[in-house]
This record gives sequence, C-alpha cells and structure tokens, in this order.
Amino acid sequence: MSAGNILLWVIVPYICIATFVLGHIWRYRYDKFGWTTRSSQLYERRLLRIGSPLFHFGILLVILGHVVGILIPESTTKALGVSEHAYHLSAVTLGTVSGVMTVAGMAILIYRRRTTGPVFSATTTNDKIMYVLLALTIGLGLATTVLGNATGAAHDYRVDVAPWFRSVLYFDPHTHLIVAAPIGFEIHAISAWLLFAFWPFSRLVHVFSAPVGYLTRPYIVYRSREAVTPRRGWEGSRLPVEPPG
Amino acid sequence: MRVMAQMAMVMNLDKCIGCHTCSVTCKQAWTNRSGVEYVWFNNVETRPGQGYPRTYQDQERWQGGWTLNRRGRLTLKAGGRVKKLLNIFSNPLMPSIQDYYEPWTYDYEHLTTAPAGQATSPVARPKSLLTGADHKITWSANWDDDLGGGPELTVNDPLLARVSEKIRLDYERAFMFYLPRICEHCLNPSCAASCPSGAIYKRTEDGIVLVDQDRCRGWRMCVTGCPYKKVYFNHRTGKAEKCTFCYPRIEVGIPTVCSETCVGRLRYIGVVLYDADAVLTAAATPDVKDLYQAQREVLLDPDDPAVQAAAEAAGIPRDWVTAAQRSPVWALINRFQVALPLHPEYRTMPMVWYIPPLSPVVDQLRETGHDGEDAGNLFGAIEALRIPIGYLAELFTAGDPAPVDGVLRRLAAMRSYMRDINLGQPPRPEIAAAVGMSTAELQDMFRLLAVAKYDERYVIPPAHPELGDLRERAHELEELACSLDYDDGPGMGGSGPFGESSGGPAPVAVETFHALKTRQTSDRLTDASSSRGRVNLLNWDGKSSEGVFPPKPTASSTDEGDAP
Ligand code: SF4
Ligand code: SF4
Repeated sequence: MSAGNILLWVIVPYICIATFVLGHIWRYRYDKFGWTTRSSQLYERRLLRIGSPLFHFGILLVILGHVVGILIPESTTKALGVSEHAYHLSAVTLGTVSGVMTVAGMAILIYRRRTTGPVFSATTTNDKIMYVLLALTIGLGLATTVLGNATGAAHDYRVDVAPWFRSVLYFDPHTHLIVAAPIGFEIHAISAWLLFAFWPFSRLVHVFSAPVGYLTRPYIVYRSREAVTPRRGWEGSRLPVEPPG
Repeated sequence: MRVMAQMAMVMNLDKCIGCHTCSVTCKQAWTNRSGVEYVWFNNVETRPGQGYPRTYQDQERWQGGWTLNRRGRLTLKAGGRVKKLLNIFSNPLMPSIQDYYEPWTYDYEHLTTAPAGQATSPVARPKSLLTGADHKITWSANWDDDLGGGPELTVNDPLLARVSEKIRLDYERAFMFYLPRICEHCLNPSCAASCPSGAIYKRTEDGIVLVDQDRCRGWRMCVTGCPYKKVYFNHRTGKAEKCTFCYPRIEVGIPTVCSETCVGRLRYIGVVLYDADAVLTAAATPDVKDLYQAQREVLLDPDDPAVQAAAEAAGIPRDWVTAAQRSPVWALINRFQVALPLHPEYRTMPMVWYIPPLSPVVDQLRETGHDGEDAGNLFGAIEALRIPIGYLAELFTAGDPAPVDGVLRRLAAMRSYMRDINLGQPPRPEIAAAVGMSTAELQDMFRLLAVAKYDERYVIPPAHPELGDLRERAHELEELACSLDYDDGPGMGGSGPFGESSGGPAPVAVETFHALKTRQTSDRLTDASSSRGRVNLLNWDGKSSEGVFPPKPTASSTDEGDAP
C-alpha cells in the first residue's frame, strides 16, 4: 500500500469524519445563533419555488439511495429476496430520477443565485465553497451512474466502494477495495469527504435541524422567563461588574 | 379555571395624529440594523389604505391565522403540520420583499465628492440596501400615508373590497384615520403554532411572545402564520424577529418605547388576567361575529375573589393581581367597553386593543355646519354614517356594526356630557342614561381617556421580585436576545467566523437591563458609560437622556483631545 493511498483512503477519511463530528458539536455549542438555513426566499421566490423543492426532495431521495446502496450489504438485500436484477433496475431508475431532480434543481438555484441581484449580494465566500463542493460531489455521482449505465458496463459499486465505506466506519479500512474502483467513484468519494469536512462550518448544518418534532409537539409553546437555558460554557461573563449601591 | 397574566395594550385612535414617532423610536431601539432595514415592529398605517406589508389583511391570499375546519376544530389557515413541512423548502405564502418594500439609502457621499463647478447641483441618488445598485423608489412602509397616491392605491385596501362601490367613494371623501400596529402578543398565537422548530414561545409570566434566536432555524413559517404580518425575516441573519413588547423595559416596570414616546399619549399598558383553559374554546367560536364577545369573556375580573384565589393558586404574585385591578386596559375593555380587538376573526385572540375613532363623525358634523359635540347630533350622525361604522366593524368586530356603534355612542355621550360640565352648564344625566352608563362611570371614563397621568396609563408591575435578584439573572437574557444593537455585535457589520450572522447572540442590552434596574430602584440616574458608545433609545424613559446617548469623549480617552 503506497503512502499516497494511505493518505487518500485512510488519513483523509478519518480527518474528515472527525471534523464532521467534532465540528458539529463545536458549532452547535458555539454558534446556535448562526445555525440557520439563511433562506433567500425574501429576495426572490419565483425561481426558488421550482428549484428549491426539486433540489431538496431530489437530494433526500439521493441520500435514501446511498443509505440503501452503501450501508446495507449486498448479502442482506439478497437474504431479503431482492434479486440482483431487481436491485439494479430500481437503483438505476431511482438514482437517475433523483439525480436529475437534484442537478436540475441545483442548476436553477445556482442560476438564480448568480442572476438575482440581492441573492448574489447575500452570497458569502463560505456559500461559494459549499456550492463548489456540493456541485462537484453531486455531479460526479450522477455522472458515474449515468455514464456507467449508458456504456452498458455499469460498475457494481456494491462489491468495492460500499464495503470499503463500511470498513471505514468499522475502523478497519480495506483500502485495497476502493483502490480497485473506477476513477469516477474515487473522485466522487474524495469530494464527498471534503464536503463532509466542510459541512459543519457551512449553512448545510440546517440538515440536522429537520423539524420532525413539529409533527407531535403542542401548537403553542409556553416558556417561563426562568426556564431560559444557561449561559454557554465558553463565554466569559459579559456582565459589567457593578459594585452594590 | 387556569389563571394566567398577560401584558396588554390599548390604543385610543381618536388621539393618533399619525406622526410616526412611535415607529421611529421603535426602529431606533430595535431594528436599526442591517438585515431588518425593511422591518417596522411598530408601524402606523392610514386607513383606508393597503397597510404594511401591502394587503396583509387579505387572508384569502396570505392565509394567516386560524380557521375552523369542517368539523369545527381550530386549524391553521395555511395548512396543518404535514403541509407545513412539505412546503418548507419554498413557502408559497410568504410575502417577498416587494410586498414590504425594498429598503434603500442615498448616496450622500456623492454630494461632497462631486467635482465643483458643474452646471447642476449634485444629487444623492437612491441606492438599494439589498444590492447597492441604483434604486427606483416605488413603495415604502407608509407610501399611502394620509391617503397619498389617491384612490388608485386606496382602492386596494382589502377591507374596502367588502363594502359597496358607493360607500367606498363616500368614505374616501369623508374619512381617514391612523392605525398604529405592533405585534398583538396573542393569547392563541398562530406564529408560534406555525414554527416548525418551536422557537417562538409565549412567556408564562406576562404573555409576551418572543422568538428564541438560538432555536430559530429560518423556516419562515411564522411569517405566514401571523395574520398581522408582525413576524419578520432578518435576511442577513436568516432568523425571524418580532416585536418584543420591549420586555427588558416591561420587566422593570416601565412602558414600551412606542408608548413612552407616543406624542398623542394614546397608549395604555396594563395586566389582564385570563383563563388559559378557555382560550381555545373561545377562539373556536363558530360565528366570527361572536368572537369579540368571546374574547372579552376569556378575560377574568380581577376584583372577583374566586379569580383572585385561583390566581394565587396559579402562582401569580399578589402585586400582579393588584396591578390587574388597577389596569387601564381591563377598564377600557370590560368596564367601559370602549376597546375592541383588531381583527378578532383571525382567531388569534389579539391583545392590543383599540378604541375606534369618533373624530371622523365629529368632523363630518362640523363640516356640515352642525354642533359636533351635541349629543343629539352625534347620536344621529353615528346612526346616519353607516360608512365609517361598516369599515370600523371590518377592522374590529369581524363586520358586526353593533359593538362599534355602541362604543362610538359611549364616546359621544362622554364628549357631550363633559362639554356641558366644562362650559359650566348644568350636566345632563340623561346623556349617560342614553348609553346605559352612570354619570360617575362617564366621568371615570373621561378621566382615563383625557387626563390620565403616566402612572395611570401605564400600570406595569415589575417582574417578580420573589423569584430572585434580577441582576443575578441578567445574563440569562442573552439567550432571548433579539437585539444585536451594540456596536461590535453581529448585526452592526461585525462578523463571526461563518459570516454575518454567526457567533454568540448579542446580549439584549444587558447594560440597558442594569441601567433600567438601577434607575427603577433608585433616584440616581445611571452611568451611561456601559452603553458602548451608541445612541440607545431602549433606555429612554422621559426623565432624562442619560444612558440614551453615548458619553462625550473625554480628553484622556481620545488621541486628539485638547489637553489643557
Ligand atoms: S400578532 Fe404577534 S403574537 Fe399574534 S400571531 Fe402575529 S406575531 Fe404572533
Ligand atoms: S407616536 Fe402616537 S400619535 Fe404619533 S403615530 Fe404613533 S401612536 Fe400615533
């Protein structure tokens, strides 16, 4: 195993995972106030009305597809009685549909961001980095799926990429698996790791605030003046110390 | 019966001169930051008119507030929880910035940098505050002020759409009044009910509705949910913000900035007790025309011993019950029955009430050469002038003219009765009897409406002293912070590591809190040095300007100071 491979497929993934996890904890503690979708709907809503649901529902399907395709081993789906053909067919269909939705939605959103004056002015460098990483990852992902199937020689990622990814999560990285995978998958994986590393520092954190609790909580929230959460630990007291009297 | 206390306000519209002082001082205290340039927690709109944001009262379009479903149960008009979550990526019912107005400034610098000797004087062009580009001003928060723009604009008033064409024209010729609006701090707030994150909450102690800035995630559903459009989206921080009822001031017993600075002295603040168990039933009253009555009945009589006992059982401090007994708000709503809620048909149980204006009727009489203060004339005019009554009823009683009629008659009776007294003529008790009041009641009402002093208009018990020293808990206020109004705070152009909005929340004037606390408990005016060098109207209480303006630079603190 070359040093380059170790760097790319062991060190980078673990650094990114650590950054992802610790970054979120740190950000949540330090920066609840900055934890927001930072919606730009106030500025423009016509394009957003098409682009945003397309992108978001698309990416939710993509995530679902990744969970099924990567986290669930082939042996499990086989044991559940899903034939290779049925799996492949549904994966390609679902993957293509959701991928196209996501990319189309993203294209509309990026176009909107670039051409709507107020939205463009509200775009930070942080947003731009996030867009590049996100677009790269999504674009490569869709490209590998579509190109692979178009050429008729679809690569079965369930024998190399997926087990490798799981092996990383088990802290027993089988680097030889990913090294054998086609280059498209490799770049997709690398850019995804980078995206994960950047995630906690971008507005993507809003993913973890998906408000599912809304479905069950009572409509009106009452809170006592007393019940406010305690001051954050990292903050020194800002109180001007007043001598009594 | 579950007794809760609520801070409520009454505004006497007869006295509003439309000066916008309240809006400006509120803005200076709370929304004088980037991201909320277009936001007016307090705005004053001319009626008839489109309002701010434009046509917000058209709930068929904006779908704010509550409605009854087919089974007669209370539901959010914009749709239930699932629908809300499905629309979370793009909320079709949220007004865009054009519905408010695109904020702008002027290129003042050009006035000083333009080359000398040009044929024309240099002009400060308007620049959009969203893009920095040249801006063509076409609308603002009070563009149709004083019926400016004429009938072409006024005709879009959603309330006028409900009255006939003839009435519409007559009305425009004859009437105009001002409607100052803040958040209603509703008993059944649909903004809170719409918030997917549960970030908007109603305080149990005083009923003030606040947005927790640390929990808001920018889903924007509250903007839709509020039928009064009094939750605003800060487009720089990506969080919702709303009127706070100036809670740092209220907690130490002084009125909101808008009330404090009101030129007409037309605002009243006081505690009302209400039965929290009865709120939802009242809000679900089938006929919208019964909602005003239902809402009044949710409020509890603080003089009733049973209510007092229940209040004590509910942990409401004694001084709050006493304050509720002295509350001018309770008196105006229930004793004199002259205050009406704004749009009870939205079913949010709004807690800012209005005394409808009699002055359009009086003016009309005067213009037609009659005595505008004669009881007979006034009663007759109220009867004859169906037009303003119809319009006022659309605003305050879901279209039912009877309560508005009653209020105007009581106001007219008071006017005539007191005029006789002021002119030294024998008082005529039959005027009082004609509106079913005693002469003593009429005099009391006159006192409250005409001569009430500061501490009668504002009966605000300070936050509960027995719950601990406020000073020790002041730091907790940071968590509720809405205001970023200190100099190096995120809202003032500073920036956390993730851009405009990040970093710890700004303390909502912790220094103000101390300043007010000290001022409240001692005669000594506080040291202004902690106000971080910025004009801060949150400290304003009319007694002194200390703590409002930054300290004058002293010789030792400035480099170029003239040392003696
Ligand atoms: S008026 Fe205020 S409390 Fe009522 S729904 Fe609107 S924002 Fe909420
Ligand atoms: S300050 Fe008072 S009088 Fe002036 S507009 Fe506001 S409410 Fe009306």
